[in-house]
Amino acid sequence: MSARVLVGVKRVIDYAVKIRVKPDRTGVVTDGVKHSMNPFCEIAVEEAVKLKEKKLVKEVVAVSCGPQQVQETIRTALAMGADRGIHVEVSGKDYETLGPLQVSKILAALAKKEQADLIILGKQAIDDDCNQTGQMTAALLDWPQRSPEDGTFASEVNIEADKLKVVREIDGGLETIKINLPAVVTADLRLNTPRYATLPNIMKAKKKKIANVKPADLGVDVSSRLEVLKVDEPPQRQAGVKVETVHDLVGKLKEAGRI
Amino acid sequence: MAAAMALVRGVRFGSYSIGRSRSLIFNSLQRRGIAACVDPSIGLTDEQKEFQKVAFDFAANEMAPHMAEWDQKEIFPVEAMRKAAQLGFGGIYVNPDVGGSGLSRLDTSIIFEALSTGCVSTTAYISIHNMCAWMIDTFGNNEQREKFCPDLCSMQKFASYCLTEPGSGSDAASLLTSAKLQGDHYILNGSKAFISGGGDTDVYVVMCRTGEKGPKGISCVVVEKGTAGLSFGKKEKKVGWNSQPTRAVIFEDCAVPVTNRLGAEGEGFSIAMKGLNGGRINIASCSLGAAHASVLLARDHMCVRKQFGETLSNSQFLQFKLAEMATKLVASRLLVRQAAVALQEGRPDAVSLCSMAKLFVTDECFAICNQALQIHGGYGYLKDYAVQQYVRDIRVHQILEGNDFFCLIHVSEILYVKLLQI
Repeated sequence: MSARVLVGVKRVIDYAVKIRVKPDRTGVVTDGVKHSMNPFCEIAVEEAVKLKEKKLVKEVVAVSCGPQQVQETIRTALAMGADRGIHVEVSGKDYETLGPLQVSKILAALAKKEQADLIILGKQAIDDDCNQTGQMTAALLDWPQRSPEDGTFASEVNIEADKLKVVREIDGGLETIKINLPAVVTADLRLNTPRYATLPNIMKAKKKKIANVKPADLGVDVSSRLEVLKVDEPPQRQAGVKVETVHDLVGKLKEAGRI
Repeated sequence: MAAAMALVRGVRFGSYSIGRSRSLIFNSLQRRGIAACVDPSIGLTDEQKEFQKVAFDFAANEMAPHMAEWDQKEIFPVEAMRKAAQLGFGGIYVNPDVGGSGLSRLDTSIIFEALSTGCVSTTAYISIHNMCAWMIDTFGNNEQREKFCPDLCSMQKFASYCLTEPGSGSDAASLLTSAKLQGDHYILNGSKAFISGGGDTDVYVVMCRTGEKGPKGISCVVVEKGTAGLSFGKKEKKVGWNSQPTRAVIFEDCAVPVTNRLGAEGEGFSIAMKGLNGGRINIASCSLGAAHASVLLARDHMCVRKQFGETLSNSQFLQFKLAEMATKLVASRLLVRQAAVALQEGRPDAVSLCSMAKLFVTDECFAICNQALQIHGGYGYLKDYAVQQYVRDIRVHQILEGNDFFCLIHVSEILYVKLLQI
């Protein structure tokens, strides 16, 4: 099989960090804060590497968009088994406003340039929770898109002949879907358990190449059509009120306009 | 953004936890700014950061959730250690041609420091195992390396280091276990005390007397479990290090083939001491990990515990105490890493630096963990809280692989010799 897989990986604030809003309310604090690969992207990389180990694909290419630091994230993907990386340089203001639309344009352009047969992405990123990039990329390329998860237990992703076979658990049992390649697949939490990078693989990853590319080279305009006006913390949790009778409860709910 | 914040703040990765459950320590690991000053990844190369990340992840997922159980039930976690070996932790500084990872002493220190946050006792055993594998790799001939190292690096087989005897601890050169040459075998008689892993491990690296009194009469042989005449004492009951069994190792007319001797006759003591240089860095690194985890646990407790109307984190005394602990942690870390670099570069000060590092770091880190326990108040004394296990587990680091007193003797000898030379 000569298939090439493109895997998108995003560098996000580590899931264990307590997020703080910047004092000027324009975003969250990212300086000096621990970052790591988006957990859904880890699962995407794991799935791609598994396909390579099953000899269903020939090459796994990890892609990330952002400033210099995203190279760390690409290196992690390489240490997990990706063959080479592509770093799309986006920095400063452009990076702050980078959203699913621009990323999907970049991925679509790269998919054509690299002649990828399959794109595997994380279903969503844990910083913006957009869940849009996979779908937009597929739309731009006019490829079918599937999440082998869709909120239920995923069993496997396989390539048979020129089709992608996806098995997923649904309420009634197991559903097997065949979709034409090339396609976009988005990975949800239960698809697999990402492997640890091994020490030898980390050392091998050092020798793997990461190519640098600018969005302009791909003919993509990264300016945003969205403007963030304000970022706020969720409202503080208020204490509850205890009531004596059901009658009081109904009264309070009516007062609050809930019923 | 709000949804993301709610999601991350109330981390309910129920499904994510199926593969990866993170321990409480790491959920609080990175409060903005504060962790930066004790961040163990500062100053490392990208590659070293990757090694450290794997070790931290492994510690958080595979070790920390079981740390208390392994301690209470005295379980030797063979499966978890074999998983670690699959990642390359079985022979970190052993040559790749026999299955090792071929990393430097500094890389090793970073890895053990990170692993130790998950379980000090298990990490300390893994470090002893690594030391034995390295000794065979470095001083063994090709047959010996190929016979023992691959299995040790994959942890198919486990190793123990046998130097100490009931009558010779710090005065290791006075050991009595004898090895008399008979034909093509050495016949071993004697006993070793306090052997980590003893009875449960497969390969024993034994220092024994083949020649005259003193260090020059000592040789190093590898004894395999199951050899006739090899038996073990009862499992010792210890204050900490409970995830590794400790037993006496007894030799009664135990016949060991001459082909199992590492290096030449009379080289055993030098081999043992060279192994210990690295061993001291490893043990000190384990202390670092425990201290790091304890500082973070103390900080978290201070942010939560209220007395006299405010959280402990508002008490200037405690703020300063924590700052002191953080300072000593960073100072210790720098010393250990310097010692590791000196050793891997073969610098003339390497041996003394290893002793100094062990002496200073094990003491300081124990004080840090102890202080962290104090900050927890009564809760610190309960086994439900991890800090007491860190304290118990690293207490022994001030004793073994170079007792504090011995390290002082060692360093002062070097100082006096140098002084006399002037």
